[in-house]
Amino acid sequence: MTTTSDDRIPAPLRTEALEQLLTERGLVDPAVMDKFIATYETQVGPLNGAKVVARAWTDPQYRERLLADGTAAIKELGFAGPQGEHIVVVENTASKHNVVVCTLCSCYPWPVLGLPPSWYKDPAFRARVVREPRTVLAEMGLDLADDVELVVRDSSSEVRWMVLPERPAGTEDLSEEELAALVTRDAIVGVAKVQAR
Amino acid sequence: MTTIADLGGTDGWGPLTRPTADEPVFAEEWEGRAFALTLLTMGRVSGQNLDAFRHALARLDRTAYLDDGYYGRWLNAAELMLVDSGILAPDAIDARARKLRGEDVTEPEVPEARKPDYAPTAAGSLRTVQEPPRFAVGDRVRARDVEVDHHTRLPAYVRGHLGVVDVVQPAHLLPDTHAHFQGENPQHVYSVRFTAQELWGEGAEDFDLTIELYDSYLEPAP
Repeated sequence: MTTTSDDRIPAPLRTEALEQLLTERGLVDPAVMDKFIATYETQVGPLNGAKVVARAWTDPQYRERLLADGTAAIKELGFAGPQGEHIVVVENTASKHNVVVCTLCSCYPWPVLGLPPSWYKDPAFRARVVREPRTVLAEMGLDLADDVELVVRDSSSEVRWMVLPERPAGTEDLSEEELAALVTRDAIVGVAKVQAR
Repeated sequence: MTTIADLGGTDGWGPLTRPTADEPVFAEEWEGRAFALTLLTMGRVSGQNLDAFRHALARLDRTAYLDDGYYGRWLNAAELMLVDSGILAPDAIDARARKLRGEDVTEPEVPEARKPDYAPTAAGSLRTVQEPPRFAVGDRVRARDVEVDHHTRLPAYVRGHLGVVDVVQPAHLLPDTHAHFQGENPQHVYSVRFTAQELWGEGAEDFDLTIELYDSYLEPAP
């Protein structure tokens, strides 16, 4: 492994080297790799989580099931898989706010959100949101009032956290599909609120 | 074992910025390749063990952990796992990379494989524990304040601090032994709630924090 910055071989070249080494010994199949990449680029992403949220906003019984047993309710919509063995859903409201982090790596509920965005993997987010979350959220564009109760969720085991964001005012007439289009990845992690358009 | 991966509460990282909406899943093509190679390495090639992968990440030095970002550290951890299990020689990747860019290098021999003799007892990490949980919701607990010389998911910033059991979660296999291929040893897992004042002192911002802690990370508190 390279340890000094000066003579480091660029990561893209090292990646190519590793792929070659494992492929020529039959240990990996590039076609399988292509499939993994395509799955997370096109199928497993934040749209899944948005559909879960929109369903919970429009179906009170689904919302109850989702808050009682996130994994099962999410599976009802067909979403399950790696990094989603046990998903706990917590609700954000006008007076209570949750934000999710993984300080030790970047654990993230893949089946509902796909792979984590850059800010979630940023050491600054991992280090600081457990210590000064209100400052961090403000830097990211979310100012929480002082009287909003805030809970930070550090995902240190195989439990994965998902936030059910607050439904914005002025969306009463929207369909489930239209609502899903408003829901963002950032709101499902708790660094933003959902905005009505 | 305090490692580069244990970032919670550490200083010197600078400010965050507003998230961008349409970020690609993989910023560069190699990141997707490194992602897939690592999944295959930890799931199949070097032994099926997610905790061993996290332990490999935690053993990287600062440069290997930080300089090429998230998928850079995945790549480096995959390399470490492959070297550990005797699938690749320590310099194999760099030698091949130099060759790819036209240098005249002799590549190391393929070593003798020493893949860990371990197969999971079930898929995933959730397991059943016969004994009832030691703690119930509302119990006061203290996170143990011990330095260990093995992998752990007990971050430095909660060690020694007092909290309250918030949720009794399903039992999991124990990363501390599993990461070393030394057995699954399933334990109960608790979401423990700490106040910000308990963790960071009187001047802290007003918030609570929950974190999942394994049974052996906790002791009862008065």
